[in-house]
Order: sequence, then structure tokens, then C-alpha cells
Amino acid sequence: MSNAAIELKGITKRFGSITANKNISMTVAKGEILSILGENGSGKTTLMNMLSGIYHPDEGQIFVDGKEASIQSPKDAFNYKIGMIHQHFKLVDILTVTENVILGLKGEGKLSIKKSAAKIKEICDMYGFNIDPMKKIYEMSVSEKQTVEIIKVIYRGAQILILDEPTAVLTPKETENLFNILRNMRDDGKSIIIITHKLNEVMALSDKVAVLRKGEYIGTVLTKDATEQSLTEMMVGKKVSLNIERTEPHDCENRLVLTNVSVTNKEGVQLLKNVSFTAKSGEILGIAGIAGSGQKELLEAIAGLQHLKTGSIIYHDPKTGKEEDLRNKTPLQIRDLGVRLSFVPEDRLGMGLVGSMGITDNMMLRSYKGGKGMFLHRKDPKDLADKIIKELEVVTPGTETPVRKLSGGNIQKVLVGREIAAAPTVFMAAYPVRGLDINSSYLIYNLLNAQKEGGTAVIFVGEDLDVLIELCDRILVICHGQISGIVDGKSATKEDIGMMMTNLPTAEVKEGDAQ
Amino acid sequence: MDFAYILSRAVAQGLPLLFGSNGEILNEKSGNLNLGIPGIMISGGVAGIVGALVYENSTPNPNGFVGLLVSMICSVSCSLLLSLIYCFLTVTLRANQNVTGLALTIFGSGLGNFYGGSISTILGITNNSIPATAAAYKMPLVPFYDKLGAIGTIFFSHGCMFYIAIAIALISWYVLKKTRTGLSLRAVGENPATADAAGINVTRYKYVATCLGGVIAGFGGLYYAVDYSNGLWDTQSFGDRGWLAVALVIFVVWKPNLAVLGAFLFGGLYIAEIFVPGLTSATKEIFKMLPYIVTIIILITTSLMKKKENQPPASLGLPYFREER
Amino acid sequence: MKVKTAKEPMIRIAKRTELSTGLSMGIRVGSIVIALLACGLVLLLITNGKISFGDIYSQMLEGAFGTARRIKITVRDTCALLCLAVALAPAFKMRFWNIGAEGQALVGALASCIVVKLCPDLPVALLLLVMFIASVVAGALWGVIPGYFKAKIKANETLFTLMMNYVAIQLVKFFVVLWEKQKGAGVMSTLTTGKLPQLFGVDYGWSIVIILVITVLSYVYMKYSKQGYEIAVVGESENTARYIGINVNKVIVRTMAISGALCGLAGFLLVSGTHHLVKSDIVGGNGFTAIIVAWLAKLNPLTMILTSFFVSFLDIGTAKIASSCNLNDFASDVVVGVALFIILASEFFINYRVIFNKRAKEGK
Repeated sequence: MSNAAIELKGITKRFGSITANKNISMTVAKGEILSILGENGSGKTTLMNMLSGIYHPDEGQIFVDGKEASIQSPKDAFNYKIGMIHQHFKLVDILTVTENVILGLKGEGKLSIKKSAAKIKEICDMYGFNIDPMKKIYEMSVSEKQTVEIIKVIYRGAQILILDEPTAVLTPKETENLFNILRNMRDDGKSIIIITHKLNEVMALSDKVAVLRKGEYIGTVLTKDATEQSLTEMMVGKKVSLNIERTEPHDCENRLVLTNVSVTNKEGVQLLKNVSFTAKSGEILGIAGIAGSGQKELLEAIAGLQHLKTGSIIYHDPKTGKEEDLRNKTPLQIRDLGVRLSFVPEDRLGMGLVGSMGITDNMMLRSYKGGKGMFLHRKDPKDLADKIIKELEVVTPGTETPVRKLSGGNIQKVLVGREIAAAPTVFMAAYPVRGLDINSSYLIYNLLNAQKEGGTAVIFVGEDLDVLIELCDRILVICHGQISGIVDGKSATKEDIGMMMTNLPTAEVKEGDAQ
Repeated sequence: MDFAYILSRAVAQGLPLLFGSNGEILNEKSGNLNLGIPGIMISGGVAGIVGALVYENSTPNPNGFVGLLVSMICSVSCSLLLSLIYCFLTVTLRANQNVTGLALTIFGSGLGNFYGGSISTILGITNNSIPATAAAYKMPLVPFYDKLGAIGTIFFSHGCMFYIAIAIALISWYVLKKTRTGLSLRAVGENPATADAAGINVTRYKYVATCLGGVIAGFGGLYYAVDYSNGLWDTQSFGDRGWLAVALVIFVVWKPNLAVLGAFLFGGLYIAEIFVPGLTSATKEIFKMLPYIVTIIILITTSLMKKKENQPPASLGLPYFREER
Repeated sequence: MKVKTAKEPMIRIAKRTELSTGLSMGIRVGSIVIALLACGLVLLLITNGKISFGDIYSQMLEGAFGTARRIKITVRDTCALLCLAVALAPAFKMRFWNIGAEGQALVGALASCIVVKLCPDLPVALLLLVMFIASVVAGALWGVIPGYFKAKIKANETLFTLMMNYVAIQLVKFFVVLWEKQKGAGVMSTLTTGKLPQLFGVDYGWSIVIILVITVLSYVYMKYSKQGYEIAVVGESENTARYIGINVNKVIVRTMAISGALCGLAGFLLVSGTHHLVKSDIVGGNGFTAIIVAWLAKLNPLTMILTSFFVSFLDIGTAKIASSCNLNDFASDVVVGVALFIILASEFFINYRVIFNKRAKEGK
């Protein structure tokens, strides 16, 4: 009798022509924390979804406690005492914490919210959660929601816990709390699987690390025998020498000057607070920060998609030398001012492109209003589509194939290609290489560099610090909607930036509190 | 003018709406915006008449209670069949809910009115009334109701369907609000992916809620057909009651307990010409507009207030497909 | 070594990634054939065998095309349905569920009648023009109201437009009583003026021409105009629309104005070309049927000619059989309903693929 809580044998899962998991075999022991490490799109989440009953493997077997398990649904997973905390929370907004926790449970007799609430309170006290069991989910913050998810699986008596990138939305302190809880649970004999691509967390938390690469299982190592370097090698397959080209910035002049920009959402939560910086022509300004620190809102504010509470965004026109305030102008008004602003948003199909339309029609998105009369002019967009397909090597059956059917890399090429074709003076890109393979990523880096050399002010929001440091001339670090510092790309270290991502300089925090 | 009598008529007018809206609430709580409810009500009602008619014509001395039972079984089977068509198309085959619902209403009202309109020709009978069954339906369960004064007239002069309607409404309210099943159903309508992840069988809940809702709505037609209209079906007279029931769902913000009051209010507006002095046959049509106007106002105010609890179920009208990627 | 597979469901469903045009056409044609066969069976059933299976189809054809007059009526009914389906297309393309075509057409018809009642002495040409404007404006208004509230406060448009239908119906009933022939008649007398001139020997000749022109224009508008493009973008993703600077609220309201106006136009044509009066069932449920017709045509106005013809053919053909068997013509709704169910079901096989898992069977 082995100590294995879960054993996977030859698991394969395909989605259409894509193989998400290929013949994966691995083991998770009782009372251990296993990290599943892999780049975006390496198949980590798909694999775990098969344990939690969301997907079903095309081939292979799953053993739980040494017995072959048939996990057809999340309910089955729960019967095997497997609980998964998804990246996107599975909570019903209009229900209370208690109702969400007991959802789907077969109870003993009558439904008693009070009894369940008391039991939740017990769990909260045990682990030090600060949650009101009667609070509605829609009134909660992201970290509170995650706590509810954890309570949910604990309440259900899960012995095997799967967490999908749980720290992406947490502050360092919340992360540390979470890790302590997970360690307690491990000591309690539970098995914890944590999906992540953050090496420092892997090193800090886990006992073992399993590495996936492009859907394949690479191997499992003991954390104590591994280094960040060795894990990275396993993850990407070869030694990471990014070797991104960086030329010296030239002819730098102020292009976009932001002063004290603040943005508040509809619920009154402050998303950006007194953000001031300058983007210069001929350089790449990187923006680093934990996901959801205000990067999206910052770019949207510049693009005219966010209402500014305070501050100004001054654009210096390189041709006329005029200054225009972009504050609270619509994207259309900004364009009418002659500001050539290109923006590659994070959500490619949901914002940058129209998934059901072909490449030609997507090329028109920015320019369809041009030309005389009430009818569309499809000739130029068609030529542009052909040009982009050729120059960026977009793999597509034709210009009329809906872009939704293309692969992630090709979709991004179409979007970036269109935005570059507008000959921008300011080029903004949010996570432009997310989900892309190495070759496509380098293609994007080269395009950004070409823009920079052509004298465009490039703003690049990234998540991979190595890339930011090698690519950008200056890196602006954002934390909780405020700028915690701007560092020079050549001299910055990952540690510095990492610290700034999670901490505001004390002086500014004090200033913030005083307000 | 006998006020108590008028109110009792308002209650009678409200009962089909109460059944109908209760059925629609169960549908919508599972995320199915079933626009086929009007069709189900009509065919569910006519099925009851057909059943009773066949029975009463088959025996020289029909027993009213057998007729009642037969008509109920027929109504339930018919409503169930139509609901299953809707479920199969929208849940299993993921057809668009609006389109399917409207097709079902075309089919259901066609089916009902086809048999209801030509019943004697089709069955080859001369006697097309169901006196025994209708009497059984109409028999007050509280025989001494007239001794209870106005309250007796308003609430206890009705037959068994009155009690069934109220009971179903209260049970629905209790189940939705206080039981695990209700909690699961609400979760399915709000966020099926979450419900699925919590181990709830989304498809089964949608099927059961929709079919049960359909049967309840069909009871509305049944009451109208065998009790309110004495078992004589007129293809014109059921009118817009089906849609009024859908309106009522919004009016009572998806709460079956409130539907009881709402139904009687709507029922009252339907017969406003009796008790509002000075209404001409023209202005009474304007009065009948009121339920819809009020519903629109409720729809606007709930959207304005943005109170989450008063919004339609979040996944209303959307199909659910687990392996979506 | 053969890897043993885990137990898994026998049948799985997956979204189709690629589907050849040939196969999808095949599925569509097949579904129409099956629908026709099913309709025949239904008719066999509800007529209680008074008519043979083969006769059903010949009678249907006879009913729809038997005489020149019948052909004209088939064309008229097809166009009446087509007009509303075309009117709905832009709204649906925007993913705005306009269930209110019935009401929008009805207020259009009412507006025309009010104009005639108010100024019957105008020269016919001028009168028709005023009627046309009044109908279009009334229909547009009926569309814009729910559109505005959808744009501003996200009020559920399906329910809103549905309610607006019945407000319109009651409004019409009110006016009909005001204008009724004699007290209690419940119908108004036919209008003596405000009629479209005859064409092809029928009153509704011009209606047919106008509707066909509108259909083509609508196709061009949706496919080739800048506004049509905006509608498609808003329908697909409001975020994308905002990103490129489309004023989403404006597009919603404008599109609903167009959709409502075209419904209003349908109302105008019903009054001036066909009925010469208004009654609460003048649209006859076509506002609802048109939704299905538009949907089945994938919102392509030209395809809608075929789908509305198909539905009208079933409707008229069944009515012929019903009358020859001495049954009421609600039989048409039953038959149309069955056909719609089958065609709706067939869409599934175009969008999804069913995988029967043979391995699972072998494993046992």
C-alpha cells in the first residue's frame, strides 16, 4: 500500500486538434504540498480540471487512494474528497457565504442556515479567517471571495486540495497567510496541489514540484534539491537566455505627460491614485505590477475609456508641437485631435478584435468611418490584411475566416499588426505575449523595438520581470493603483522590482493616509 | 354593487395568472426564459376539457370526481409533453430559448385551440359540455363559506383549484427560500457553472424545474377551461392571460409568495369595468393596459435600483455547456 | 502495450470547429425534408385519416399555388412575414432581443388609421405620405423606448418589448371601440381613403414591391454600410465597440429606431395595402413568428425570403387541408410549430458534433 493520494496514469486530453495534455503520469502523496509548475498554456489547469470533474480525460486512468476512480462530474470529485479552488471563483453573487458553502451538499435533514453558519464560523476561527457567514458575495473583495472558496472545500472535508494560481490576486501579507494555512493543512495529512508559475512561491511553499511543458509531463523533483534556475530550465526546456535586443533610446522627447491621474470605479473604489509619469518618444516604458494593480485602468484612462476623477494627460504632438489634454475625451475625440494612439488591450477577442469577423473586417475596426458616404470601403483593409498575413506570417485559411478560429499567437499578430499599421506616436500593449509561444513572443518584442526606433513612445505592460528588465528602457512599478517607483531597465534587479510591486515607499503611504 | 362578489371575481380572474406565473417563476429560476408558457397554458387547459369530455361521453352517469381526475391527468400529460419539447430543444440541443419558447407558444396555442375549437367535430360527439366535471371543480371545499361573510365569499367560494394554486405558490416559495433543493435551483439559474462545480446536476434541475413549471402553468389553463369557463372552450376568450402571467413574474420580482397578491391585483384590473365607475367600453381597454404598464415601471425601477436580489436570474436565457472552451 | 482507458460517458458533445458548407447545407435541406414529412404525419394524425398521406402534399400545393389568386395570397402572406423578419434583423444582429415586433407594427397600423380619421380629405398621395410618416415614427418610438432603457439602465429588453406589445394591443382595442361601426360591434368600418393604388390587379401589389425593396436595402445596410458594421461590432462585444470609440448607447437606440420604424412600416402597409382598418389581431402573431423566421435565416434578409415563404406555405397549405376536412385553421399553427421544432433541433447538428464513444463500450 503506497502513500499516494492521487496517481495519474497516461492521461491525455484533446480539444479539437489541440492536445492539451499528453500521456501524463504522476503521483501526489498524502501530507505533501505539490506545486505544478508550467508556463501559460502548458496544460496545468486542464490537468487539474480532470481531477475536479470539469473535464474528462480522453485516455488514461486516475487512482485515488490506490483505487481507480471515475470522476465524471464535480460531484464525483467531491465524493473522492477532491476540492478545487478555481482561478475564476465559482461563487453565486447573490447568495450569502453560508449558502455558497453548502451549495450542492446533501444535508442531514432540513436545511438549517444557522447550523451551517455556526460551523463556518468555527472553521473561520480555527484558521483565522475574518468572514461574516451571512454576507453576500457581491459585497466582497477578491481576497474575501477566495477565502470563501477555501472555506467551501474545508467545509466539505476535502483531503486533496487543488488551488489554481491562488496568489495572483493577493497581497503579500494575504499570500503569507494563505501559505500558513496550507502548511497547517498539509501537517493535518491533507494533500495540496498548487498550480503556479511563480518560482519564489514554489520554493517557499512546496515539498515537491511537478513540471509541465506544452502539455507534457517533464518530471517531479524535491523542492529542497531544486533551485529556481533548475526549475526554470525544466519549465522552458532550455537555459533561459532571453537575449532580447535593446538599443539605446534616441531623440527622446516628452510625448505623454500624466499628472496626478486618479480613477474611481462605479462602486467608489479607487483604482488609480495620483499617478504621474512621462512617456517619451523613442523609448520603451515598462509597467510592472501584481495582476490587477491598476495597469488595465491606466492604459484605458490614456485611451479614453476611463473617466478621470482628477489629473491630466497631456499629449505633445510631434508634428505641430501643440499640447492636447486627453482627459475625459472619448476614443473618437482623441483620434479626431490627430493623436495617433494605438492600444493592444489585454482581452484580445473581448476588446481588441471581433471574434466572429474575418481579418479584413477586423482591420476596419479603427478605420471603418474613413472614406466618403455611408458605405464601408473594404479594399484598403483587405490589402492591409494580406500584408499582415504575409509580413507577420499569420497562419489562417483566408482573410474571411473568423479570427476566433485562429490560434492565440495568430490572433495577437493580427491585433498588433493592425495597431502598428496605424503608424502610432504612442503605442500601448497590455500583456502582449501572454499565451504566446517563444517564437511569437520574440516577434512581438522585435515589433516593439522597431516602434521604439521609429520614434514611437512605447508603453509595455508585462508580467515576466526578466522580459521587462531586458526589453524596457525604464520600468514603472505600480502597486495598488499607485506608482511605487520608476527604475532604469539596465540597472534594475528582479528583487528590487519585486519589492516595489508589493510595497509602496513609506513616504508615499504616509502621504496617502494623510489624505 | 356587491363588493365581496367583485373581489371573489378578481380572485377567480387571478387564479390562471397565479398558476401561470408560478410556473414561469420555476422556469426562470432555472435560467430558462420560457416564452412557451402561454402555449402550455392553452393546451394544458384544452387537454383537461378533452379528457373530461371523452370520459363524460363514455358513460351514462358520469361521476364528477372521476372527470376531475381524468381531466387533471390529461392536462398534466399534455403540459409535461410540451415542457419536455422545450427542455429537449433548449437544454439538450441548446437551441435559442426565445425562439424555441415562441415556437412552443405557436404550437401550444395552435394545438389547444385546434382541439378546443373543433372538439365535437373531431370526437364525433354531439354533447360538448362536461357538467359533472365542471360541477366537481366548482364545488366549494368550505360548504359553509356563505356564513363567513365577505371573507367567505372572496376566498372560500372557489373550488379546489383555488387551494391548489395557493398551496403551490406557498410551497414554491418555501422550497425556493428554505430548502437545499431551492438553493440549488437558484444557483443553477444564477450561475450554472458554479452550480455544476458544486456538484449540482444542472441539466436535471433545468429539466425538472421546467417540466414542473410547465405542469403548474398548465393548471392555470385547466382552471380557466373547466372551472372558469364551465368546460366550454372559446378560441378567442383566453386572450393574453398567458403573457399576463409572464408579466406578473416581473411584477412580483420572481417571488411566488408575492405572486399570490399580484395575481389577484392583476385579476382585479382585468375586470375593472365592473367596479370602477364611469368606465366605458373604450376606457376599459385602457384599464386592461395597466398591468403591462405597471410591469414596465417595475422593470425600469428594479433596473434603476440595481438591487441584485430583484434582478432577473443572472443566466436567464443563456444555454449552459460545460466543455465550452 | 495498450493503455486502458478510464470509464467515460458513452456520448459526448463537442463544439464543431470546422464544418464544410456542403455538410451544413445538407443538414439544413435534410431538416426541411424531415420537417415536411413530420408535418404530413401530424396532419394525418389530426385529420384522423380523412385524407391520405400523398393527398396532403398535393392539397398543400393546391392551397398555396392552385389559382392565380392563391399564388398572390401566398406571396402577400410571405411578404407580410418577411417585412417583420427583416425589421427584426438589425436588432438581433446587435443581440438585442426585440420580441416587440407585434406591438411596433400594431402602433404603426394604428397611426395610419388615426391619420386617415383626422384628415380624410387630404389628396390620397399626400395622405399616404402622412400615413407613412406617422406609422414609421410610431413604430420607431415603440422600439426606441425599450432601446433607451436597455442602453441607459440595462433593463431586460426581452421582457420590456414583450410588455410593449400588449400596451399596443390595448391601445388599438381602445381606438377600435371608439371607432366601431355600431356599438358593441367590436370592429371598425373599412377606411374609404388612404389606400395604396392597385398593382398586379391587387390592393397589396405595392406592398409586395416595397417589402422586397426594403429586404434588399436591409441586406445592403447590414452588410455594406458603416452603421451595419457598428451593429455587428456592438452585438459581438460592447467592450470592443467602446475600445474603438463607438457610442454603444447611440447605436442601440438608433438600431431600435430602425427596427421599430420598419415594423411601423409593416403596419402602414397592412392598413393601406391590405386591410384598410386596424384591429388588435391585424398583425396576427406574425410579430412573433417573424422572430423565428429571422433566426432560422441566420439574420440574413435575403435568406428570410425563403424562410418566410416556407412558414407561409405550411400555414396556407394546412389551412386548405383543414377547411376541406371541416376543421378549424388553428391546425396551421400546430403544423408550423412542429416544423419549427425540427428545424431548430437541426441547428444543433450544425453547431455541435456528437461523439459516440466506442472505446467505452469495448472496455466493458
